[in-house]
Amino acid sequence: MPGPDLLSSQGLRLDGRRPNELRRIRCKLGVFAQPDGSAYLEQGNTKVLAAVYGPHQASKSKSLQDGVVVNCQYSMATFSTGERKNHPRGDRKSQEMSMHLRQALTAAIKTELYPRSQIDIYVEVLQADGGAYCASVNAATLALIDAGIPLRAYACACSASMAWRNGQPEPLLDVGHVEEAAGGVVLTVASLPSTGSIGLIEMSHRLHMDYFDVVLSRAMQGCKDIEVILDRAVREHLAEGWTKQDVVVI
Amino acid sequence: MAGLLLSPTEKVFIVHGVQEDYRSDGRSNIDYRPMELETDVVSHASGSARLRLANTDILVGVKTEIDVPSPENPDLGKIEFFVDCSANATPEFEGRGGEQLAIGISNLMQRAYHSSQAFNLKQLCIFESKQCWKLYVDILILECGGNLCDAVSLAVKAALFNTRIPFVKAALMDGGNVDLQLSDDPYDSKLLDVGSAPLQVTLCKIGDKCVVDPSAEEESCSVISVIVGITGNSSCFSEDNSSPDTGGKFTTIDMNGPGSVAPKTLKDAINQGRVAAKLLDKSLGEALLRERQESVKLKKYSYGFLK
Repeated sequence: MPGPDLLSSQGLRLDGRRPNELRRIRCKLGVFAQPDGSAYLEQGNTKVLAAVYGPHQASKSKSLQDGVVVNCQYSMATFSTGERKNHPRGDRKSQEMSMHLRQALTAAIKTELYPRSQIDIYVEVLQADGGAYCASVNAATLALIDAGIPLRAYACACSASMAWRNGQPEPLLDVGHVEEAAGGVVLTVASLPSTGSIGLIEMSHRLHMDYFDVVLSRAMQGCKDIEVILDRAVREHLAEGWTKQDVVVI
Repeated sequence: MAGLLLSPTEKVFIVHGVQEDYRSDGRSNIDYRPMELETDVVSHASGSARLRLANTDILVGVKTEIDVPSPENPDLGKIEFFVDCSANATPEFEGRGGEQLAIGISNLMQRAYHSSQAFNLKQLCIFESKQCWKLYVDILILECGGNLCDAVSLAVKAALFNTRIPFVKAALMDGGNVDLQLSDDPYDSKLLDVGSAPLQVTLCKIGDKCVVDPSAEEESCSVISVIVGITGNSSCFSEDNSSPDTGGKFTTIDMNGPGSVAPKTLKDAINQGRVAAKLLDKSLGEALLRERQESVKLKKYSYGFLK
């Protein structure tokens, strides 16, 4: 098990957080005028922009009779990572991320309301410092809300890892890049915290089944915490009373 | 711009306004709309800038890499432009949809920076014919609200102004290999001399006259635009005003649109572009120097996208 070095003897993590502490989340809805909905979200040093277009008529080949087509594209800016990326999108990892995004967000959207239509969700990672998928889901949820698309509940994503302290397992919440690179287990959960259901779960590396429950419940707790933050941001945004779309340009 | 419908009388109003050098939003023919600019927004890049001009939003990140200089120019570094049209701007850019536009803009930038009077690549040399710096200028278009070329060139210049390149000690070892020593201190770095870097000015022909930075309404009255790349003035970008005036030289001229122009109009347009570029360059220099002062005094507040 890698891990004793992930937690110091005082029980603090490499970046000084406690095991159950999230990174600072700052977010804003309605950053752009042209998309129907947009949001910006910072989770620590991970920065993500999301834009939503739609619902609009789906192309004939894609169109579904009984629900909306959710189309996601995940791309990373070429300067977002430490090493320069050659392709912002289209590589295997981005395609996998797009599929996972669609999985998590389709669970939240009330798809039955818009038959034969399509919703486009575009996520752009400006800076990646671990947990880019989680930040993308959270930003996309805010963008969907900004676009006024009916959701069952907030879709929130959070990751959790595992460390040892005095021989006791201690799950870590909201894994950063350094902890990811250290090679421990990373469990990513996208859930609808207010209904308690899980939309997507993904795990890398191995984890003993005995500890699965503690790590999962820590990640779920993280989703609940994030929901509170997102909810506050939405309420503040609505209390402000206007978005950039509403500013009339003469 | 799609979805914009103007009646013939509205068009006449705009055209007559341009003739009188007084546009429908109160600007003169060489005035730009207000812009927002912030540098140092991406911490993973050596230099970065974000520019918002009306509804156009550009994010530029500069990354550095060590490379081998080309045999024909052993004492020059390299610079490469890459444009990415994010699907956030419009769903048409999804997948490979924005590639054509992206290649067009990156080629234009590459051409504008090609001249040694525009950007001195000698400052990127580490060890002649062995090692040099390669700058990757990555331009991300987040929202398209017209006048892309001007906004991109401004943001690129700002990002290059913000770029820090670490000091490197190079020594020639046995067998022709170069030994590089990089300092561990991130502040042990130099800034680039970008004063003469070119700015692109798009001149939109309306009637017989040209305007810079057209609004969507004005764009629909015009059939052709001329894009000129004009070198900047180094003395606007340094605190001491001793450096010579390098501004006002053309590095590119390009045309865009289905129409045509008379030689006389073209000449007028180019001269007008030069005047506009000078003013633009001066105010860009002032803004960047002011921001640098603030960040030296630790007074700078970082806004990013949260404003």
